[in-house]
Amino acid sequence: MAILINEKTPVIVQGLTGNIGSFHAKEMIEYGTNVVGGVTPGKGGQMHLGVPVFNSVSEAVRETGAEASIVFVPPPFAADSIMEAADAGIRTCVSITDGIPVQDMITVKRYMMRYKRENRMCLTGPNCAGTISPGKAMLGIMPGHIYKPGKVGIIGRSGTLGYEAASQMKALGIGISTSVGIGGDPINGSSFKDILEKFEEDDETVAVLMIGEIGGPQEAEAAQFAKENMRKPVAAYIAGLTAPKGRQMGHAGAIVTAFGESAGEKVEILRQAGVLVAPNPSEMGSTVAELLTSVGAF
Amino acid sequence: MHLPGFYLSLLLLQENSGKQKELSADDGWSNCTLCLGVITAVRINAVDIHEYQAKALLSDFGVNIPQGGLAYSPEQAAYRAREIGGDKWVVKAQIHSGARGKAGGVVFCDKEQAVWDAADDLLGKRLVTHQTGPKGKGVYRLYVEEATQIRNEIYLGFVLDRSSDRILVVASAEGGMEIEEISANRPGSIVRMSVEPAVGMQAFQAREIAFSLGLPGSLINQMVKTIMGCYRAFRELDATMVEINPLVVTENEDIIALDAKMTFDDNALFRRPNISELRDKSQEDPRETRAADRGLSYVGLDGNIGCMINGAGLAMATMDMISHAGGEPANFLDIGGGASPERVAKAFNLVLADENVQAILVNIFAGINRCDWVAQGVVQAIEKIDLKIPLVVRLSGTNVEEGRRILEQCRQKVITADTLAEAAEAVVGAWKKAQAGQRG
Repeated sequence: MAILINEKTPVIVQGLTGNIGSFHAKEMIEYGTNVVGGVTPGKGGQMHLGVPVFNSVSEAVRETGAEASIVFVPPPFAADSIMEAADAGIRTCVSITDGIPVQDMITVKRYMMRYKRENRMCLTGPNCAGTISPGKAMLGIMPGHIYKPGKVGIIGRSGTLGYEAASQMKALGIGISTSVGIGGDPINGSSFKDILEKFEEDDETVAVLMIGEIGGPQEAEAAQFAKENMRKPVAAYIAGLTAPKGRQMGHAGAIVTAFGESAGEKVEILRQAGVLVAPNPSEMGSTVAELLTSVGAF
Repeated sequence: MHLPGFYLSLLLLQENSGKQKELSADDGWSNCTLCLGVITAVRINAVDIHEYQAKALLSDFGVNIPQGGLAYSPEQAAYRAREIGGDKWVVKAQIHSGARGKAGGVVFCDKEQAVWDAADDLLGKRLVTHQTGPKGKGVYRLYVEEATQIRNEIYLGFVLDRSSDRILVVASAEGGMEIEEISANRPGSIVRMSVEPAVGMQAFQAREIAFSLGLPGSLINQMVKTIMGCYRAFRELDATMVEINPLVVTENEDIIALDAKMTFDDNALFRRPNISELRDKSQEDPRETRAADRGLSYVGLDGNIGCMINGAGLAMATMDMISHAGGEPANFLDIGGGASPERVAKAFNLVLADENVQAILVNIFAGINRCDWVAQGVVQAIEKIDLKIPLVVRLSGTNVEEGRRILEQCRQKVITADTLAEAAEAVVGAWKKAQAGQRG
């Protein structure tokens, strides 16, 4: 099954005709993704990379039956494009764009609230490498060949650190059901917990690797969820164990000590929730192997 | 981009959370705070400005500020004092840091000559606070203000709350000390209010904060005006933080912002040209300024192993790996995606220019980057110089064979590694060997 996307999911590319959009759309098509069209306002009616271009997302959905979209629109206009996708009935949206103003993301999240939970688009990103269901479809900018198809789900904030994990796993013969980038921005579409929920329900996934980092409450929230709601085992790595603490002090934000925010504290919270934590980034693959062995799946 | 140094986090509910006043009745909010005890606010790629600039901005939104003026010399400072009138003034060093008072950056004066002397003493000095790091920050601007007769001090702050995607107002009747201290010593005095950004802050919410602070009825309207003004400034200027500490009630029953601090979202500067103009490069780490001007994310650190990496997460993980192998990173540097050879060469030179760097590790896992371009950039940077320190390069991903071939042909000695663990061990090993060689 995989989550979010598979080889059948009809995909449109928002910002298809731009340099970046074109480059990655081509890679996605070569990987086997079912790209059915693109959106660039004002260029509707043209053909690009062998697929039709539309003026609006709703037109693209109407004409192609698109269910997923990927956003390559520049930061000042990206929030608008994401809301357009939500309004047009897109189910899964990946925002690659890096540099969207934080208050724009607040607006996006408020806008999406107008849809009932069951009709609400699943947004991942912004500022992420995208989502890939290896061997099936790629909705992102990652090098597809480093992902081996298989049964472990990956959720990560960082793109390149996710590649690192995937290649370590491939070297050990471990495959991936779906790898989801949730992005490095402070306000993002989906949290670790949101994606853990989806992996828990996915028949094909037997275990999950979470790749987090310092800052923010989402890893702690995910630990709580894993402990209380998940039957599938979870492994994790948290980047930034050696990041300097002194640099973050100062200003009103620093209202206090932040328990649960530093990498060390996150590791502790995850361990207490029964999550197997990799001691360093070169052991992400072997930690997943250990986890799979412990449940007899390796 | 998400740099380790630019995160600010906060905890509002501690173990003794029951003592604190909870004003928000919203379910989502309460649930997340109750189950985890953690609330976070964030400052990401933030732009800092000076106190006098923040005051001028807030004043436009109806916040009262004391009369004051900017000075670049002792003469100007004395002139400002005369212009303001009265017989008591405060001379305040303008640096991008809080806790200036403790560092001697705020001087009370009751004679014009004292203003001159204070300015003479402060200008050109470097002030060290717990927020500036050991090198401190240079004082090149002073703000001279009329002294205020204070009856009581209030803390008022606005931050972005990551866990609820809302704006959080934090207030305390125990202002004057830093919020960390208030939280440690008087947690019960902290009042919080979560504002739903879709509808904005309502006057009744501001009134609730004002009454919770124990203000008398006669001051409520002024306080509401101040709170609402700050909220509007936060939203309309793309701020990520507004802090007034202290906000004071004067002997004349006025509410005045005695200090003010604002930070802004870097990503929103394209639509806030007025804020971009307030940038003061004299307050930034010159290494970081050079990097930022070249579109690179750089954070200077104290170790000896220079790093050049793509992706913030991988950069942090590589730093962890270096520490694990027994070394200390000299910097955090993310070259970003799609970096051209020229950009890579610039980034490499930036690492090389740091005198503390005694070995360099390049770790690239290319997705939208290209290993051949990275290799070309590195070769460009080292070809014409006599590279005296060990260099370890680990390439992986897009066009990796081509990249390795380019490095092999380079005349300089480049140590290559296949995995992250190998790379970290190689660079720390080479660094230790070089150090031993120098000593021996």
